[in-house]
Amino acid sequence: MRSLTWAALLSAATLSACADNQQKPQTASAQSPRTAPKSYSRDPVPSTYKRYPGAVTAITGATVFDGEGKRFDNGVVILADGLVQAVGGADTVIPEGATRIDAAGKWVTPGIIDIHSHLGDYPSPSVEAHQDGNEITGPVRPEVWAEHSVWPQDPGFSRALVNGGVTSLHILPGSANLFGGRGVTLKNVPGRTMQQMKFPGAPYSLKMACGENPKRVYGGRNQMPGSRMANVAVMRQTWARAQEYRRKWDKYEKDGGEMPGRDLAMDTLRGVLAGEITVQNHCYRADEMANIMDMANEFGYKVASFHHAVESYKITDLLKAHGACSAMWADWYGFKMEAYDGIQENIPLVHNAGACAIVHSDDANGIQRLYQEAAKALASGRRMGIQISDEVAWTWLGINPAKALGIGDRTGSLRAGKMADVVLWNGHPFSVYTRPERVWVDGALMYDSSDPRRRPVSDFELGQPGEGDVK
Amino acid sequence: MNTAVRSFERRRSWIPAFAGMTACALALFATPALAQTIAITGGTVALGDGSEPIEGGTVVVRNGRIVAAGRGVAIPADAQRVDATGKWVTPGIVAGFSRVGLVEVDAVNSTNDVSAANSPFSAAIDVAPAINPRALAIQVNRAGGVTRAIVAPGTAKSIFAGQGAVIDLGSDMEAVTRARAFQFVEMGETGADEAGGSRAAAHVLFRNALREARDLGSRFPSPISGGGGGARGLRANDQRDFSLEEVPDNRLLSAGANRTQDVLLTRFDAAALVPVLQGRQLLLVHVERASDIIQVLALTKEFPRLKLVLVGATEGWTITDRIAAAGVPVIANALNDLPSTFEQLAATQSNVARMRAAGIPVALGMINDDEARQVRLARQQAGNMVAVGRVPGASGLSWGEALATITSAPAEAVGMGGEIGSLRPGRRADVVIWSGDPFENSSAAEIVLIDGVRQPLDNRQTKLRDRYRMATEGDLPKAYER
Repeated sequence: MRSLTWAALLSAATLSACADNQQKPQTASAQSPRTAPKSYSRDPVPSTYKRYPGAVTAITGATVFDGEGKRFDNGVVILADGLVQAVGGADTVIPEGATRIDAAGKWVTPGIIDIHSHLGDYPSPSVEAHQDGNEITGPVRPEVWAEHSVWPQDPGFSRALVNGGVTSLHILPGSANLFGGRGVTLKNVPGRTMQQMKFPGAPYSLKMACGENPKRVYGGRNQMPGSRMANVAVMRQTWARAQEYRRKWDKYEKDGGEMPGRDLAMDTLRGVLAGEITVQNHCYRADEMANIMDMANEFGYKVASFHHAVESYKITDLLKAHGACSAMWADWYGFKMEAYDGIQENIPLVHNAGACAIVHSDDANGIQRLYQEAAKALASGRRMGIQISDEVAWTWLGINPAKALGIGDRTGSLRAGKMADVVLWNGHPFSVYTRPERVWVDGALMYDSSDPRRRPVSDFELGQPGEGDVK
Repeated sequence: MNTAVRSFERRRSWIPAFAGMTACALALFATPALAQTIAITGGTVALGDGSEPIEGGTVVVRNGRIVAAGRGVAIPADAQRVDATGKWVTPGIVAGFSRVGLVEVDAVNSTNDVSAANSPFSAAIDVAPAINPRALAIQVNRAGGVTRAIVAPGTAKSIFAGQGAVIDLGSDMEAVTRARAFQFVEMGETGADEAGGSRAAAHVLFRNALREARDLGSRFPSPISGGGGGARGLRANDQRDFSLEEVPDNRLLSAGANRTQDVLLTRFDAAALVPVLQGRQLLLVHVERASDIIQVLALTKEFPRLKLVLVGATEGWTITDRIAAAGVPVIANALNDLPSTFEQLAATQSNVARMRAAGIPVALGMINDDEARQVRLARQQAGNMVAVGRVPGASGLSWGEALATITSAPAEAVGMGGEIGSLRPGRRADVVIWSGDPFENSSAAEIVLIDGVRQPLDNRQTKLRDRYRMATEGDLPKAYER
């Protein structure tokens, strides 16, 4: 805690670098209608999400981690109209008529954001008919969108909410392909359709993958890429095509003339080159991440986050210089060759070097315990002498993933004017003995541990043994 | 593990793990374990037998065994003392279902000895010769406080995986504590798949295999004939006396089944099942669905000497009365709470505590869940079994019960409760001194004893950590830093 100040400053500086290539998607109508030629919509299927009703609520007496590195003892959090209205100490003014929740001895944090999930795309039950996360018909598939595989009835969403305190999550295509397709950010509320869950206005991402998976899948078919060098060759060739596509469309959108042909794959890559779409890059090994950053520099884009990144600790300086976040597990190692050098101190080492650290799950079970994973990583760091305070470590679950997804101005921390995505924990949220007590999404109470009627049950679980159980 | 004595010195004084130990404590490990009397004093001691922790307890170890543990324990005059004030002391964790030591890198086939898809053998397979005591997973999980593991092979072309072992995670080359401790069989979705496509096929394969074992076993002198339907078997061709539900299957019960031209198992496989049939070797059965559990329990009607242990049992909480009546222990996944398959629709984190409350002995295992590398997570899972009890409507364990699920309960499930898994007198001195509550995410193992011998806790992961404390190079490349 002594080192809180410098650590917070370091992480804040890194974060702005993380997010500097991320803007909200533009639509054609947002451009000047008089002079610009007719173009395609960057957001053809906008979210239909609407926040659910919530009460004016004052949570008092709690220890508050704001998700940006600050802590309020005996803190107060005010929620109204779907937004955080105020966060502060005991002297914070409580609006008249607010529902008061005495949270003495409890903790309040922003809702957790998982930047790497396949819920809905690889839902439960994990049967063959549900394997919808990898378009393994070609290594370059930027035209597919993960959102079109999302099954909103995946029971995993409710577990992530109720047990994990996860209020936003990013659904990515799998890593079989070099270019896996677009990822989508969801608010973790049940919906009949994916569109009802889609985070309004959040940028899309492009999922990319390096390393063993693409070369194994396609090399096994005697097809490119069959090696790491081919991974990079195919990626570079594809970016070169994207630059050409971008030139044509940029020229057309500026000067008019005959409209160029549409290519949905290239639309995605053009969005990346224009800074409208973030790059979320699956990559394990340090040397390969360095190659990827070189390629990004060559073609003029930035990697928002490396995912899995088990060797980030070896190149924290390069990651910091590029402004790339690392989305990591606390202690996974050894399940494949490129994960052999995984260590428990990866997350704190990345943070300590001033690079951006994120705790991710990539797992329907892990997403329920991201707070425990962060706690383990924090403790591993402290044992090697890296002193990071609890409240600063919460940035790994809060503002860091939010910024890397381009939604850092909307959620990821408790700050007046941001979405009221909030978790009330029944104890210290880094303790193994702690669980969410209540979870709000946009100010609506979506889970209350003491009220069985505030516990979502998906269609799939209706009428099955254990329906409505605590799980 | 009773062989070589290891002395090792602390090498990085900045590691807090060693900072708290006295000079005396460090010195004591330089003397031979077998002659040694050690008294660990002042710590919060948890015995692992289900009882709650004892503050200010003492653990006395002599000749690699526990002499006494608890409060008011006399400290022998010759004992070398380890001050554990502020620490927690528990038995080493026993991984309840694992594949530790069989794998270096899962996806590198040449280093993965879990299953053998191209082998002609199944039940005869014995994992003991495949255990590599130098596997990274053994080193890493030892550093995580795991001292013993129940290691099962995996199935490939048969419902029978083969024979598993109980091992220690010590740093010497003698890892196997008990070879051929059990046979492991898949009888749920996986078993159906291995048997050719249906649960019914798995059951007939199972019964056929045990009949073949009986036929083979009957040709050897044995105190137990085993198998068959006893008196009913003798009149199996006359079905008139049976109630409708009990009409026997003549194909399986008729005498004269000794048809050597009509066998499915190799001689080795059939011979391996003889001790299972005779109840001399445990049978660990993986089943998850409630109906599958019931069908497995019913196998004892036809094979009354089977000594069953249920593995998985995700839906066990829905039929606790049946399992409790059968007196069968369970090794369960702690945190299954998703309907990840159709055989786990009722999955809940309350399963373990609900079975326990019904009197069923329950241990935690890692069934098809990072079981080759991450058994160190058992303590986090046990902590979650306490945590879930604080959620209204859920069921949890007390702290002491939760510890038992990862220490004495797995040991007892495989018939080794008298040897390992607790700090009761006479047990092997597998002892861990933790920096704090061992379930907490912030705690770490600081000292690990196996058979009373202090173990090294460093490994290539800790060396990587030290090399990359700062990512940037000095005057020479990183390859020169070690």
